[in-house]
Amino acid sequence: MVTPVSQPKVFNLPDVGEGLTEAEIVKWHVQVGDTVEINQTIVEIETAKAIVELPCPFEGVVTALHVTEGQTVDVGAPIISVDAEGGAAPEPARPAESARAPARDAERVPTPDEPGMVSPEQPPKRTPVLVGYGVKEAATKRRPRKASNGTAPPPAPAAPVVRPPAPRPQPVDNGLPLAKPPVRKMAKDLGVDLAAITGSGPQGSITRDDVQAALSAPSAPAVQAGPREERVPVKGVRKATAAAMTGSAFTAPHVTEFLQVDVTRTMETVRRLRELPEFADVKVSPLLLVARALLTAVARNPMVNSSWADGPDGAEIVVKRYVNLGIAAATERGLIVPKVKDAQDLDLPGLARALGELTEKARAGRATPADLSDGTITITNVGVFGVDSGTPILTPGESAILAFGQIRDMPWVHEGELAIRKVTTLSLSFDHRIVDGELGSKVLRDVGAMLEDPIRMLAWS
Amino acid sequence: MTIDSVRGAPDTPELAEPELVQLLTPEGERVEHPDYPLDLSAEEVRDLYRDLVNVRRLDLESVALTRQGELGLWASLLGQEAAQIGSGRALSENDMVFPTYREHGVAWCRGVDQLKLLSMFRGVTHGGWDPAEHNFHLYTVVIGSQTLHATGYAMGVQRDGVLGTPSAAATIAYFGDGATSQGDVNESFVFASVFNAPIVFFCQNNQWAISEPLERQSRIPLYRRAQGYGFPGIRVDGNDVFACLAVTRKALENARTGQGPTLIEAFTYRMGAHTTTDDPTRYRLKAEEEAWKLKDPIERVKAYLVRNEFADAAFFQKIEDEAKQTARELREGCLSMPDPKPLSAFEHVYAEPHPLMTEEQEQFAAYLASFEEEAR
Repeated sequence: MVTPVSQPKVFNLPDVGEGLTEAEIVKWHVQVGDTVEINQTIVEIETAKAIVELPCPFEGVVTALHVTEGQTVDVGAPIISVDAEGGAAPEPARPAESARAPARDAERVPTPDEPGMVSPEQPPKRTPVLVGYGVKEAATKRRPRKASNGTAPPPAPAAPVVRPPAPRPQPVDNGLPLAKPPVRKMAKDLGVDLAAITGSGPQGSITRDDVQAALSAPSAPAVQAGPREERVPVKGVRKATAAAMTGSAFTAPHVTEFLQVDVTRTMETVRRLRELPEFADVKVSPLLLVARALLTAVARNPMVNSSWADGPDGAEIVVKRYVNLGIAAATERGLIVPKVKDAQDLDLPGLARALGELTEKARAGRATPADLSDGTITITNVGVFGVDSGTPILTPGESAILAFGQIRDMPWVHEGELAIRKVTTLSLSFDHRIVDGELGSKVLRDVGAMLEDPIRMLAWS
Repeated sequence: MTIDSVRGAPDTPELAEPELVQLLTPEGERVEHPDYPLDLSAEEVRDLYRDLVNVRRLDLESVALTRQGELGLWASLLGQEAAQIGSGRALSENDMVFPTYREHGVAWCRGVDQLKLLSMFRGVTHGGWDPAEHNFHLYTVVIGSQTLHATGYAMGVQRDGVLGTPSAAATIAYFGDGATSQGDVNESFVFASVFNAPIVFFCQNNQWAISEPLERQSRIPLYRRAQGYGFPGIRVDGNDVFACLAVTRKALENARTGQGPTLIEAFTYRMGAHTTTDDPTRYRLKAEEEAWKLKDPIERVKAYLVRNEFADAAFFQKIEDEAKQTARELREGCLSMPDPKPLSAFEHVYAEPHPLMTEEQEQFAAYLASFEEEAR
């Protein structure tokens, strides 16, 4: 058991909306070790009614976050501990299961004019139910009881936090090196990166001496002039990409078609969507409408959303009734194609959110294998690289891929006159074994028509 | 193609340039209005600024306390400080106020301890203060019903025969744009008009009745409704504390001298949520909030003070520190509020003893006492 220098104060999830019972942790604004002030925003939560920012009721140093983002927490459950002294070692991360545990808020001593109403087995205690935290389960069992007249034994001391039985020897796995706040500040002031130091203190924590030693260590040797060539081992994403591309290019006979489209109205639609409250917290990009248009085109032409299967009884074409939409994303580790699963069922804000979250996850390197598998059709946004078009190679197992080029101001004949319009180039590669030129052209034309005038998406969906 | 859902509405109010009385522009420039001369000393303007900053800070603290589970609910006045302080400072001691649940700024002007407001939202009292002590009625949560109470009170003052004398008192009823759709408010307009009651109807039009925008409340500017009932209506820039002060002062004076009711529409904006249980991002555009930020009621007074060299950096710092301290005291006071005693529920139900209630009170007291007996 860790013996902290002082007892941290625990903030239990309040009921922020008149009778709510739970909330989801959307985003932490602080981390263990951060210094917080009263009313500083510490976390965003989403209740059945609203997304709400919670201000911190205490000042001090954060010693523990008891729940992680994405978890749903009961009202009254502890969510954060703050040490007013700032001297306690950070508590180990609490296991996720405890988030659903009943409230462990501090108990209060009943006063003579407030008879406690408790369940028979419990020691004398009473939880205030007037504000904010709802009624505890135990409070429903009522029984008259002797009030404490000053002679009664004092109630059990407040036990706001139940700690795990033993500290973990390893540093907490939140990506942060262990160090006390003053050491953190010292490192920050001296410009020393704590992540680069191996701690010599208890539980591998970093001490002042470690920081000093790191500071006085000789700096890294000067960068030597490199050879004229560099050998990069092919592994991970690069290796997988290479295998997939080679496999696809030599098994599925590709055809690529191109279409230039005036997307001025799409850009206007994007602008107007951004102003809607439904899209307040999601990214609205032209890509979103391209994705939506492709989904509609797939619904009109299901054959393009299929795969070629060589079975024991000969080849088959598997037409998918669902769309797992792949979005090719350039990441530091290479090309990654996360899939929006069952994209056909998402409304536009849902699609925007899914696109944003998936590409974000992929860029951060946190995409799971499930995120990356089972695609049925793909979009690659080559426009972000500043090029007009390309001949995309099919993702293995899929029969079409749409490339979306950059959007440029171009001279364009609009309503019979030359005008400057926003123009892009779409290209569609498809597996010619499954998709004929006619079908491929129709899909490409459909997507183009919807981007030229997004109202067609309404007409066709 | 756009669909004009308000086609046919006569003179739909323009958000950008509404017709209203303004004495201080959003940039902090003083403008004159022929009907509303206002002469304020530097000291008086500084006091108004102090009021504005303090009530905003207290409001923010109360919102935070709610988020921390210390209050059950809070209705924020953010954005409406000038309407409340301007009208609140126009009141004289004898005047009587009938507020909604959002008039924290008016309560401040009436000297009601802000902690007493919090005690109601913390659920430890049903009211919290003596209305007669401050001439500030209890917060009314039912929408619009206080306008009837206020009209009745005003008619009572009228019947006391004090109008036009130094002991004359005006009554002011606060309500919002949403309340103008309520029967109670329309009934009180009728009564006030036909009896020429000494009352000022002060409507803070903050543009949103929870999630319902003004265009679904009225097809004409709200102040023009008064004409239909037969008394004057005026629209004032609700983010202009000077204009709110001058216009309310004149309307109150008219009431005290027997010239009947006035409807004041303070054109303002609810910058926050309706209450802490509401999420305005679900129904209104950020762009609208941003546009109103530029009309902030406090910034323009600050600009005016600086422009005229009525205040220096030290003054602003002093006010800031003072507001912080007031907020700290509010927080401490709120956290240390005692829970109510169970028997206190029986107090203030009736003015005089009531046999049935006395019986119930005794029963409950005996029940409470049984806790002690059993242990013996």
